[in-house]
Amino acid sequence: MENLVKLTIDGINVEVPAGTTVLEAAKKAGIKIPTLCYLKDINQIGACRMCVVDTGARAFGAACVLPVSNGMNVKTNTPKLRDARRVNLELLLSNHDKKCLSCARNQKCELQQMCIDLGVEDTDTFKGKMNEYEIDDLSPSIVRNNNKCILCRRCVAACINTQAVGVIGPVNRGFKTQIKSAWGQSLNDVACINCGQCIAACPTGALYEKDSTKEVWDMLANPDYITVVQPAPAVRAALGEEFGMPIGTSVTGKLAAALRRLGFTKVFDVDWGADLTIMEEGTELLGRLKNGGVLPMITSCSPGWIKFCETYYPEFIPNLSSCKSPHEMEGAMIKSYWAEREGIDPHKIRVISVMPCTAKKFEAKRPELGHDGMADVDAVITTRELAHMIKQAGIDFLNLPDEDFDNVLGESSGAGTIFGATGGVMEAALRTVYEVVTGKTLDPVEFHEVRGIKGVKEAAVKVGDLTVNVAVAHGTANAAKLLDSIKNGEKTYQFIEVMACPGGCVTGGGQPIVDAQTRLEIDPKAVRAKALYDEDAGKPIRKSHENPSVKAAYDNYLGSPNSHKAHELLHTTYTARAKYSK
Amino acid sequence: MDFYRSQVLVCGGTGCTSSGSAKLIERFEAQIAEKGLDKEVKVVRTGCFGLCEAGPVVIIYPEGTFYSRVKEEDVDEIVGEHLLKGRKVQRLVYVDHKTHESSVQKSLNEVGFYKQQMRVALRNCGVIDPENIDEYIAFDGYQALAKALTEMTPEQVIDEVLKSGLRGRGGAGFPTGKKWQFARASQAEHKYFVCNADEGDPGAFMDRSLLEGDPHAILEAMAIGGYAIGADEGWIYVRAEYPIAVKRLEKAIEQAHEYGLLGKNIFGTDFSFDIHIRLGAGAFVCGEETALMASIEGKRGEPRPKPPFPAVKGLFESPTNINNVETLGNIPQIILKGADWFRSIGTERSTGTKVFALGGKINNTGLVEIPMGTPLRTIIEDIGGGIPNGKKFKAVQTGGPSGGCIPASLLDIPVEYDTLTSVGAMMGSGGMIVLDEDNCMVDIARFFLDFTVDESCGKCTPCRIGTRRMLEILERIVNGKGEEGDIEKLENLAENIKNSALCGLGQTAPNPVLSTIKFFRDEYEAHIREKRCPAHHCQALLNYEITDACRGCTLCARNCPVNAISGTVKQKHVIDTTKCIKCGQCMTNCKFNAIIKN
Amino acid sequence: MKSLADLQAIRQKTLESINMRKDENAARVVIGMATCGIAAGARPVMLAFMDEIKNRNLQHVTVSQTGCIGMCRYEPMVDVILPGQEKVTYVKVNPDMVGRIVTEHIVNGNPVQEYTIGAAEG
Repeated sequence: MENLVKLTIDGINVEVPAGTTVLEAAKKAGIKIPTLCYLKDINQIGACRMCVVDTGARAFGAACVLPVSNGMNVKTNTPKLRDARRVNLELLLSNHDKKCLSCARNQKCELQQMCIDLGVEDTDTFKGKMNEYEIDDLSPSIVRNNNKCILCRRCVAACINTQAVGVIGPVNRGFKTQIKSAWGQSLNDVACINCGQCIAACPTGALYEKDSTKEVWDMLANPDYITVVQPAPAVRAALGEEFGMPIGTSVTGKLAAALRRLGFTKVFDVDWGADLTIMEEGTELLGRLKNGGVLPMITSCSPGWIKFCETYYPEFIPNLSSCKSPHEMEGAMIKSYWAEREGIDPHKIRVISVMPCTAKKFEAKRPELGHDGMADVDAVITTRELAHMIKQAGIDFLNLPDEDFDNVLGESSGAGTIFGATGGVMEAALRTVYEVVTGKTLDPVEFHEVRGIKGVKEAAVKVGDLTVNVAVAHGTANAAKLLDSIKNGEKTYQFIEVMACPGGCVTGGGQPIVDAQTRLEIDPKAVRAKALYDEDAGKPIRKSHENPSVKAAYDNYLGSPNSHKAHELLHTTYTARAKYSK
Repeated sequence: MDFYRSQVLVCGGTGCTSSGSAKLIERFEAQIAEKGLDKEVKVVRTGCFGLCEAGPVVIIYPEGTFYSRVKEEDVDEIVGEHLLKGRKVQRLVYVDHKTHESSVQKSLNEVGFYKQQMRVALRNCGVIDPENIDEYIAFDGYQALAKALTEMTPEQVIDEVLKSGLRGRGGAGFPTGKKWQFARASQAEHKYFVCNADEGDPGAFMDRSLLEGDPHAILEAMAIGGYAIGADEGWIYVRAEYPIAVKRLEKAIEQAHEYGLLGKNIFGTDFSFDIHIRLGAGAFVCGEETALMASIEGKRGEPRPKPPFPAVKGLFESPTNINNVETLGNIPQIILKGADWFRSIGTERSTGTKVFALGGKINNTGLVEIPMGTPLRTIIEDIGGGIPNGKKFKAVQTGGPSGGCIPASLLDIPVEYDTLTSVGAMMGSGGMIVLDEDNCMVDIARFFLDFTVDESCGKCTPCRIGTRRMLEILERIVNGKGEEGDIEKLENLAENIKNSALCGLGQTAPNPVLSTIKFFRDEYEAHIREKRCPAHHCQALLNYEITDACRGCTLCARNCPVNAISGTVKQKHVIDTTKCIKCGQCMTNCKFNAIIKN
Repeated sequence: MKSLADLQAIRQKTLESINMRKDENAARVVIGMATCGIAAGARPVMLAFMDEIKNRNLQHVTVSQTGCIGMCRYEPMVDVILPGQEKVTYVKVNPDMVGRIVTEHIVNGNPVQEYTIGAAEG
């Protein structure tokens, strides 16, 4: 039985478990206390002072960090509190670059929303000196504009706590405080893994992805190019949010339709590449198990994770699967198998990936990911950028009909679809490995132990005579914990899935941003994952090795999984990276 | 131990060291040896005597002769006359500013500066050699620890401190015994006892003096506190800018270890206690306890919201008690002499003594320790010796950047925690800056706010941006660009920062502004409405004028760096105010007092 | 250090060297050390006092110097002032006399009448 605490909030009696914050208790009482620096499970530091409440103490307390206590009498809506919040908000505005109309987060900005909610009358009440900072846009993935930063430090917390990276933090102090990397280095020059969780955490337009839409518009406009687009599995679970649909709405059919209307020559699907990945990765795993290869084998789909491993755990590089990530595999196949099949000069093809991810922008530029002088993927846009393009093109997304992806690299199994959720790659791999090894039909096909949003998940899976110990980690801080437990001999596994972002790709750094107040009620990790699992459940084919067009690709072009040709096109190498630049 | 007939105590505090006391010691030792007196006379480097204004200070016992402003070249005379022939060197003997009494006729304790003082925390400062543990022990050192460990339970120790009424000397005045009680009540494998020696108020240096003059007292108090709350590890967080204090603490810890007064099984009991030193880089905010702990842990020194309080979750996530240096300085005495003795000093709600750093427009700048409840007037007029140059007293600023200004009309209030707070000032750590008629109160507020803005950690909005905006308004006002409504804007911002800043430093940052508006609103209004600085201090609001007293000597015109003065010989000169840069050169040079500021 | 007794021992040992800084009730031995005194042999007298005090491990006694008091013919002169008592002035003191002054006067409280100025003038 939990220890319950009774308190009064604005005259309403509330009973909540001990350890609950006043903010959460107020939510229960139907009272919304404004927040800015607070981000559930990520940042609770009481810094912005927007959520101040009056408990009768000498000074106001921050509801986001104030634990409830018995008999507490909290006021959240007094003239003094409203004043305090408005003054603090106006103070923030007095040092904020207020070019909202051209801001990446216009209308999706928590600061802007706060101005509406609190009724700011004058944005210049406390007009004074403003800090002026240079915009850091040297990273291929992330742009930082400190002129928009309100120093809530949600990005800092995401970077160090969720991701165990910690390449940004507050530097200088007082009015001159800004969030930066050590010695003022650019994000491009520090050991940033490009995951974009800082962007997902940012309430304003201080952080956003490096824009690639102009580049893609140019490709679309060039008559010499054959443009092939491929969206990642997770994109369909979130794109609708940008058009006002509820979180967790699957928009697969509209996604295909919208891409087609944007003018891409071919609309393929990375779900196909995901199925191909399972064939290669599953085979690689079985090979390692049989031939005494390096174990545990760790998945390599997530470029944020790959850079994390290369930088912070280079000793695990031999453990990484040599498979390219699904969209890189598919890009390679588009410029070889598909080009050959269609009789197209691959040099004329431009492959554009739509990704829930900012790290993919960095990944696509890796020199090792290409062949014959061509990059496997030519441009990467995030889910958010795709939404911008759809809006710019005047496409009425909500009223689009559902359409299918193009053949032949658009057909997919349910296993490919669930790649977008944490545990999905593992489950997809297990479905195939089980049937390949035992020759029996798997029933049921679900592996519930590896689903869900627990930071590290484990399972011991019987595959014939073999027991495979598997683990799934999402969020690189969880990955670090898992790797440490292997390093110190506490744990032994054969196969591990790691996704850099907490929740996997559905909540990647390139996905539509869910504001802090919504996150108080809804966990997008679970809700978006459900959209993918539902889609999987409804698909006729649910195992990668049963995808007919993948089978055809092997039969007609690659030979068998892990063949020489497959290695040439679909596998890659990794490099240990220094944590600090010289 | 050898018997010396005479001891020469030379102040080795930071103040006197910087005015050359180290050289004095060398010279004394050399001279004494040369005269063959080295078997009879001993030179002792002590901590601060408090009367820093008169430094470097030398006291010669057994006579107790107090020599002030001793220069290296004076040493030969003191040795030859006083130590060899027993004749005091009259010209160097300290003379009280107010009474003009020379300490020749009176013993040191009778001199005005010391007469009204009562040294509890500073009792050993300037009396013992801080680098010699034996001297500390001879002055009852470590007796209190022995008593606590062998005769008292931890609860009894806490009870004694509770009963003494001792309140935190670092600023907020929280009852020390209560703090200890909370820390004791927390169950944990490890607990920490931390000494906050991050003295940051501008002008306050009592903690430095105490650490330099009596480091063992702090170690002893920490061990007693550690025993009381159940801690086995102590940390002293001390500013790196206090090298002498750090050196003496290190030495003291080493000596205490040698004697078994720190370490395992102290006095043969089960109690073990160790102390580490962590150097702070001098950020003001690191004096805030949660920021201090973050800094010890190697993180950015920033406060975090409370609760959880350090007593529940403190240093390295363990229950922690934090006390300031001066607070700890009282502990051994309370244990040794009892709570009743301590309560007999001071007032009902403010027991014991408090050390103040007197500064500003006052004759005796330095450290004074007085019983709580002493009227402000006594401190300023009797102990401080009044205002120099016959100027008029205007206000006293107490509590540093968190405090406020107390005007002349309130000079008779007793110095206590609650009284000071009730008039909008604060005990704070004990800075006391005296202001005279030449001080502009708006500029004083600007000065303190400038400090806070500079030292704000930048974590919370009201302190980071709010104090900055307040400063900008004050800067406008002193530069003659104040606008109607500025005072109200200041009050509005101040009120909000007080209510909603994250930590105590932010919450108190507006105090200097609020208290000067409260007592000196007319000065603000004069600046804003009349573009006039009543104290003739704010340069932007001043105009230099030549009066009819001018004899036309041309000296001013010749000295003006911008050729703003014109006139012919033997005729009255004129200043072109559009050219004048208000440097004041003309006024300094005028032999006829014919130039005035207006 | 393992006990209170150890602490006390250190305390006692050090006390005598610092007593002059805290003791307001000390017996004071004041020796005339002006030119006349020194010429008449005041220094050996002072050193003898110091030796005697040290050898007997006396506490609460201070030795200090003073200047000429105008009766140069009686030098070396020594004042002994016990707390709360009139000062006693000894005249023409030589080191051999010091032992008795310390024992009889300072320790036992009986001035050595025959060495005093009263005896010399009388």
